[in-house]
Amino acid sequence: MVEDEAGFEAVIARNDRIEPRDWMPDGYRKTLVRQIAQHAHSEVIGMQPEGAWIERAPSLRRKAILLAKVQDEAGHGLYLYSAAETLGVSRAQLVELLLAGKQKYSSIFNYPTPSYADVGTIGWLVDGAAICNQVPLCRTSYGPYGRAMIRICKEESFHQRQGYELLMTMMRGTDEQRSMVQESVNRFWWPSLMMFGPPDTESPNTARSMAWGIKRNTNDELRQRFVDMTVPQADALGVTLPDPALRWNAARGSYDFGEPDWSELKAVVSGDGPCNAERMAHRRRAHEDGAWVRAAAVAHAEADRG
Amino acid sequence: MPRQTVVDAGWPLYEVFVRGKRGLNHVHAGSIRAADPADAIRRGSAVYTRRSEGVSVWVALASDVAASVPEEKESLFAPSGDKVFRHPTFYSIPDDVPHM
Repeated sequence: MVEDEAGFEAVIARNDRIEPRDWMPDGYRKTLVRQIAQHAHSEVIGMQPEGAWIERAPSLRRKAILLAKVQDEAGHGLYLYSAAETLGVSRAQLVELLLAGKQKYSSIFNYPTPSYADVGTIGWLVDGAAICNQVPLCRTSYGPYGRAMIRICKEESFHQRQGYELLMTMMRGTDEQRSMVQESVNRFWWPSLMMFGPPDTESPNTARSMAWGIKRNTNDELRQRFVDMTVPQADALGVTLPDPALRWNAARGSYDFGEPDWSELKAVVSGDGPCNAERMAHRRRAHEDGAWVRAAAVAHAEADRG
Repeated sequence: MPRQTVVDAGWPLYEVFVRGKRGLNHVHAGSIRAADPADAIRRGSAVYTRRSEGVSVWVALASDVAASVPEEKESLFAPSGDKVFRHPTFYSIPDDVPHM
């Protein structure tokens, strides 16, 4: 067991994992609680944009798939709350912080989903970006977080593929369906790039998090990786990505791309996105509406104990 | 009466979980009779990690472990049987689409 700072630094230096009962700096613990909680909240809030389409899915097949996907997001939230709880906080506490607006969730879920094609685009681009972010987190220095990420990444693969398959199906359909896909991609492209966070020059905590092995790559590295992976997928799908600056740079072996509108990210993160108020109101309502279920479960358990 | 029975009298059964190395889950290794939790950790590691199988051990009273019963198998596990769409391989993506 790690008992002091020297032991902690030694574990980090050899790229090993810190486990819950090890000594760890306060800042490390606080950073992890904030990051894992934000991640958990994102999974839970992330059920809303797609959940809105469950009742309007165009076939039983698509409905079953969407239900299974939204159910996975709920499960991912639970894995992550459990990982956070190993750091000495309780799930109830974290939920309260979210409801009080004191902890955040991913900016991407503050965008609306007015079109059914958005279900496919979210699977392809939003879950694709999430996978880019999450695969390196399987090697994060905190054991319980890394193990949660391994489970989640396995399941995200289904999410991304069902989205891409949905879009491929629509692209084989009518002109109207093809333009629905393009319109949806146009709306989600830039917000997807913003999922990786502000540029490295404006991300003051990145260096500390990387030194601790919590993050393994910078925001800009992951954003570039996502662009490089996605462009050929867009070509195969037959859609264009709404960025006139996007072009292959043979010297770098990567795609050059335009600058996202960082003022938009700032606005969405600080509460002024298109759906922030709606998402939070929905979450509060769901939490309050669920109170009787939580009370009933406790009453049932007490009755069982006799 | 065999001596063993006398020695174990009153010793509860513990379930032993071993972490192979940092970063991995504790995995159930087996059970051990012991006088108390500290004793179970000592005995558990002596029995289950004699060949460097682990770096950490958890023990829990076997009587504290709640388990599903075989009759519940249908209702607990059968619902996932026909949900093939939960697997990525259910979706056919052309081979020329990379990174998927």
